[in-house]
Amino acid sequence: MAEEAILGYLAKNQEIADSGEFAAQHGLNHDDVVNVVKSLHGFRYVDAQDIKRETWVLTDEGKTYAASGSPEVQLFLAIPPEGIPLEELQKKLDPLLFKIGRAQAAKNKWVEMGKQLVSRKVQHVDDTVKDLLLQIEGGKVINQDDIKVLKGRKLIATQTWNGYSVRKGPEYAPQRKKFAADLTREMLQSGEWKNLEFKEYNFNAKGQPIEGGHLHPLNKVRHQLRMIFLQMGFEEMPTDRFVESSFWNFDALFQPQQHPARDSHDTFYMKVPAITKELPEDYVERVKRVHESGGYGSRGYEYDWNRDEAIKNLLRTHTTAISTRMLYLLAQKPFTPKRYFSIDRVFRNEAVDRTHLAEFHQIEGLICDKGLTLGDLIGVLHDFFSRLGMSKLRFKPAYNPYTEPSMEIFSYHEGFGKWVEVGNSGMFRPEMLLPMGLPEDVRVIAWGLSLERPTMILYGINNIRDLFGHKVDLGLIKTNPICRLGVD
Amino acid sequence: MPTISVGRDRLFAAIGKTYTREEFEGLCFRFGIELDDVSTEKAIIRKEKHLEEEEDGDDEEVLYKIEVPANRYDLLCLEGIAQALRIFNGLQEMPTYKVVNISRKSMIKMHVKPETSSIRPYVLCAVLRGIKFDEVTYNSFIDLQDKLHQNICRRRTLVAIGTHDLDTLHGPFTYEALPPSSINFVPLKQEKNFRADELMGFYKSDLKLKKFLHIIENSPVFPVIYDYKRTVLSLPPIINGAHSAITLKTKNVFIECTATDLTKAKIVLNTVVTTFSEYCERKFEIEPVEVIYSDGKSVVYPDLSFYNMEVPLSYITGAIGVPLEADEVTSLLNRMQLCAKQSVSGDCNSNITVSVPPTRNDVLHPCDVMEDVAIAYGYNNIKDITIAKGYNVSKGRAVSLKPLRLEEFSHLIRLEMAMCGFTEVLSFILCSLNDNFAMLNHEGDSSNAVIIENPRSSENETARTSLMPGILKTIGQNKAHPKPIKIFEVGDIVLLDESTDVGATNRRQLAALYCGATAGYEIIHGLVERIMLVIGLVPPDDNTTFYLKPSDDPEFVMGTQASIIYKGKRIGTSGIVHPEVLNKFDIPDPCAYFELSIQCFF
Repeated sequence: MAEEAILGYLAKNQEIADSGEFAAQHGLNHDDVVNVVKSLHGFRYVDAQDIKRETWVLTDEGKTYAASGSPEVQLFLAIPPEGIPLEELQKKLDPLLFKIGRAQAAKNKWVEMGKQLVSRKVQHVDDTVKDLLLQIEGGKVINQDDIKVLKGRKLIATQTWNGYSVRKGPEYAPQRKKFAADLTREMLQSGEWKNLEFKEYNFNAKGQPIEGGHLHPLNKVRHQLRMIFLQMGFEEMPTDRFVESSFWNFDALFQPQQHPARDSHDTFYMKVPAITKELPEDYVERVKRVHESGGYGSRGYEYDWNRDEAIKNLLRTHTTAISTRMLYLLAQKPFTPKRYFSIDRVFRNEAVDRTHLAEFHQIEGLICDKGLTLGDLIGVLHDFFSRLGMSKLRFKPAYNPYTEPSMEIFSYHEGFGKWVEVGNSGMFRPEMLLPMGLPEDVRVIAWGLSLERPTMILYGINNIRDLFGHKVDLGLIKTNPICRLGVD
Repeated sequence: MPTISVGRDRLFAAIGKTYTREEFEGLCFRFGIELDDVSTEKAIIRKEKHLEEEEDGDDEEVLYKIEVPANRYDLLCLEGIAQALRIFNGLQEMPTYKVVNISRKSMIKMHVKPETSSIRPYVLCAVLRGIKFDEVTYNSFIDLQDKLHQNICRRRTLVAIGTHDLDTLHGPFTYEALPPSSINFVPLKQEKNFRADELMGFYKSDLKLKKFLHIIENSPVFPVIYDYKRTVLSLPPIINGAHSAITLKTKNVFIECTATDLTKAKIVLNTVVTTFSEYCERKFEIEPVEVIYSDGKSVVYPDLSFYNMEVPLSYITGAIGVPLEADEVTSLLNRMQLCAKQSVSGDCNSNITVSVPPTRNDVLHPCDVMEDVAIAYGYNNIKDITIAKGYNVSKGRAVSLKPLRLEEFSHLIRLEMAMCGFTEVLSFILCSLNDNFAMLNHEGDSSNAVIIENPRSSENETARTSLMPGILKTIGQNKAHPKPIKIFEVGDIVLLDESTDVGATNRRQLAALYCGATAGYEIIHGLVERIMLVIGLVPPDDNTTFYLKPSDDPEFVMGTQASIIYKGKRIGTSGIVHPEVLNKFDIPDPCAYFELSIQCFF
């Protein structure tokens, strides 16, 4: 209503000089007019200039008198023509009203305040105060003397009136354009979209969160590592065998039976099923011999090897138990070179802390071929780790019962500003490979690392329980970025 | 890996060279030990800044904690590390250890009684003459025995070392095994006399010694060593006698090693005597002791003979991948404390003759020699020569690989589950029997589960037989997460299986859970159908492939649960999770769940 009136008026006229007058002329509420002007000004349909005016309005007291008459008139009318004792008159009126009325009536010389009676001095009075108040309430202008009187009696007060003068704005149009919030099917069907302009989207607000499925961070990293191994021509080993015998986990790896890793402090042994029923006996015999008295150029460990120790079942402490089985199978056929890898769970009966759990994932890669050298191992490690973003490597001599030489792999971490250990590697000992039946000139180079540690470094996670296990926050899984290992 | 603590200044004095921390770290890195920690680092910084001021009178000793390889017993003390690094740096020739040449008649004797064979059959002895201890070397001597006890001696079970002031004793000695009640002596650090059986009770409250009591506690006889005057030298492997205790003033040390493993006992004795013969009046000389058995057989210890190995040069260079001349190899080996000489065999293939000294018991095979050549050459000098060549497996032949179906299929299923809007979780294989059974309303039913014998906590009693406990625990831990929660897991469970060699087998499972304002079984139902569809099975119009059959499993609510039947076999379960189960896992919201074996689909 107001909008049509304003835009319509401006189509024919230069200016709306005063929004207040305009509202009165067109029978509109001035507040509505003000709101529309503000909105049109915002969209630059009109230019609006502020107008400020002081007007008089009735105070609460003034409003009462405008309705019920001034106190002096009320007092006058309460006096009967024959007069009335003061106490009687006082009782008929409100005390405040009486007080004001008596003073004003006396000032106007309307009443006689006698000793006995209060009586009228004049027969008739006009309530000019009430009339003036009604005029002000009606927006009429009254003369300054009257204003002074009413203001003195605190029956009126000033109020600032805000209005506008309005002219056409740069975007003036006789009718406001509609902005669509979204494109709908109806708009497309009706063709209405042609006339539509779209409301400017608030790009500072957040978009709507997207619901969907998510993969676990550790499995995302695991998948990228599988891809890297496959790209490097490595074949995945079947590692779905958590319960293993000590034989395949330790003895076959030339790990002596008194080795600390075989302590119950480090390894989970099985109560049920406690022992392994089946081992390749001729191979077991060769393993026993190499432990006890060596052979294949070795002195052996010179102790009494105990079969009862070897058949004890355990939860595998490393996936190398599987690698050993795979190499043994390989040795039973005419030799072919192999590159194997696996990434799967291993178990350690160790104290748990921020970086250690009783179970974690081991990444393992190995190459089995004739004529492999330590240089080949260093070469493949550079290839593998540079795909993980670690191109600066160095190697430290280390000890491992089944590899010789053994090399700890260190990578320079730019963020930490230091060299950090990222894995272990080495050449499998002849005492491990030759009893399997592999040809003498076959060497196996291998390396291993945990999946959790590089993942924690990659995603900046400090506590392993925030990454793995039931205490992981589902929110973390949902907001975790894609893994770009092997991509960049 | 064992860690030993040594005074830095003392170590540098022994090496004969001073290093900055970085330089020393670099040296350790090349040699294959690790500077693990510096215990008073402040002092080091101060020293580096105000070198002059610190020249005299700083009583704060800087300690280096050094990690050494578990098979290098010769590096378990300052003396051993210093010597190894001196030789590695070319500052010293390898020492030649000598057994003093004395006649059998004048040798100290140890008589072994046959009863010892039932409890601790071996004893080996030697004497260090004219030794000069100061406080530091004395402590190092004690520490070395401690380290050996912890490592190669397997907490004294395999070998126990006793060292004595020989001048307080009178040989010949006897090694006996006697009933505990008949052994009486004043043990080390005590003033009163104890009977051996009472002593065992007394040590029950001794933090250090109580760990060793089990080794002999239940034996009817205890091993004991006496001198000629029936003075108790030691009650191995528990404690020495107070009488023969060594002190800073001790000049002649009698060393006895009792053992159940002869090879390790030899290594231990050799390690102690070779390391500390450095402080003897006649450096690197050790006096032998004759050990005489009741059958008249006798052996003289220590045996410091070298172990000789012929290693072809081509083996060493072929395995390292660096062309080296024989003289280069021998000088590299000498730096690693291995005596090496070039021995020319008839043809052009030269051999290296390696004499492994008694300090290097870690050398078992030519591959150990090859490693020492590589270490002395420098692992980090190898890469420059071969990195460009890369690894030469298959020698250029194309390799065609087969995927591992289990892993590839699992990966595809995981992607499919995520595409269905479910979020993957990864829970533990290990759990308690309570989690796996009672919490799922399966009290007392652990017949198909493996059981771990030695768990550190109840959380590691068994391997899960379903994915359900891990998934429910995840929901219990994520109560505040906005609903609905939709999660899944693909992972292995472990079941007893008589048909396998070890008696247990892994099974790959898929499980999913919906948790919202209502249990939403229809969503889980739809998900099962969806998975079956993408596997390539038609929805249950055709009952010959798969269908849902009402079931009565206690973990689900009756009437809203069904088995998943595939080719007539039950491969999975589904249903609204029972409120009692939800309560046990502290889950306030209703859940529906399914789990099935995906093993049968590939």
